[in-house]
Amino acid sequence: MVQAVVFAICAAASVAAGIAVFRVDSMARATLALLASFVLAAITLLLLDLSYLGVLVILMMTMEMMIMIVFMVMYMMNPAGLMPMTMVHNNRGALAISIGVFAVLAAGIFIVPWPDTRPGTPADPTLQLAEAIMGSKMLVMMVVGMVLFATMVATTVLSTDRGRYDRYGDDLRRSRPDDPIRGGAGR
Amino acid sequence: MGEPMPLWGVLLLPIGLLLLGYGAAAWSAMLTARAGGAPASAAASAPARETARLLVEQRRTIPGADTVLWRLGGAAVPVAAILSVLVLPVAGRSAADLSVGVVWFNAMEVLIWVAVWTVGWGADSVWGLVGAYRFLVQGLAYALPHMFALTTAALGAGSLRVSDIVQAQEGVWFAALMPVAFGVYLLSAMAMAYWGPFDQAVARDLAGGAGAELAGVDRLVFRAGRYLMLTAAAAMAVPLFLGGGAGPLLPEWTWTVLKAAAVLALLVWLGHRLPTVRMDRFTEVGWVVLIPATLLQALVVAIFALVV
Repeated sequence: MVQAVVFAICAAASVAAGIAVFRVDSMARATLALLASFVLAAITLLLLDLSYLGVLVILMMTMEMMIMIVFMVMYMMNPAGLMPMTMVHNNRGALAISIGVFAVLAAGIFIVPWPDTRPGTPADPTLQLAEAIMGSKMLVMMVVGMVLFATMVATTVLSTDRGRYDRYGDDLRRSRPDDPIRGGAGR
Repeated sequence: MGEPMPLWGVLLLPIGLLLLGYGAAAWSAMLTARAGGAPASAAASAPARETARLLVEQRRTIPGADTVLWRLGGAAVPVAAILSVLVLPVAGRSAADLSVGVVWFNAMEVLIWVAVWTVGWGADSVWGLVGAYRFLVQGLAYALPHMFALTTAALGAGSLRVSDIVQAQEGVWFAALMPVAFGVYLLSAMAMAYWGPFDQAVARDLAGGAGAELAGVDRLVFRAGRYLMLTAAAAMAVPLFLGGGAGPLLPEWTWTVLKAAAVLALLVWLGHRLPTVRMDRFTEVGWVVLIPATLLQALVVAIFALVV
């Protein structure tokens, strides 16, 4: 009973916070509304006894949103971000897409054959979930992880305007790199 | 897995945190007074007098400010500190002995990022905004070494539950077993409370940085929250690295408080001794020195845990 009430409150509040993202007129408020939405969704994970995943979602989303907000404000046409802005573009198309996605996901709830026998909560639901998701697909997951990491490194290398020749000289013989901002490790 | 803490203990926890935090503020004021040649004993009551002054001071209102976020951010600092110590075991009992206690502590302490950024942003002041961005840069520098230090402690005990980590230190304290992780934890404890060498987010060169525009009760909450955060981080060092309440003669809770107070006094003193570090310099130290060091420490502890 308590679980159902907490779930209902969190679900409704999470959706409300999600709507708020598109209703508020400042980038800071939109980001924090999105963070609130994620945290409320994380609480529903905690209700499933997936404590590690739930707390991890709170942790990761908090850090992620704070990094995201820097970039969102940076790339905005109005850099101050405190002036009125809107998160909504292409209103009709967006409305059609979001209603479509909602319909598909809602249909999924009714179509998926949920197990209704209750064998009781397993001792470690996080482990069970991890094995269900990753058990047979660990190799794929590891390869995907490496590809993601390689993409990040490659993007950084391609987007930086200073390469090793700028830092270490044309023959790469400079003992100390020539950097515009000196780092604390004395390089 | 210990027994749950009685209700009065849960109520006492924030009060104890507040008392220790006051001690930290008083110790800091005494160090400042001594450095300025004033009698240190009179400075012990300085935080109380400052609190009284801030309580009667007018709150500031700013025309262009995002007042909701500004006030919420300031209030979030002490809230994050208090939430983070819910997993702190005192006398073998914690308010919530979660199976993922270490992750909980980490998640709650990261709320400080949101809090400081929002305080700096909300005031519609350039000083606040620069301070807020400084703190995020500093966060990126300390977060990963800090997480690896926490992971190493959990690895040594084979559990993310804080009471299990305390139990695993019955033989030898983790501070001795994994000194690098302990050192990095102390550094990141100062960084997360933007204290000492890592205080650029609220530095004097920005007229107070993220907290520049705060006045009255808002400033009181923000500053008290910072001391609470420093206290919470110092207190968590006790179960994670200093054997929890273990010690001769005195009861367990006394040892927890004594050790937390000692760590706190050390952090406050270090903050006064060390010059402020620019966060762009600290970032390179964090990523080039501290991350490899903590990873190596984790490797050594993992091998040790496998062998022993």
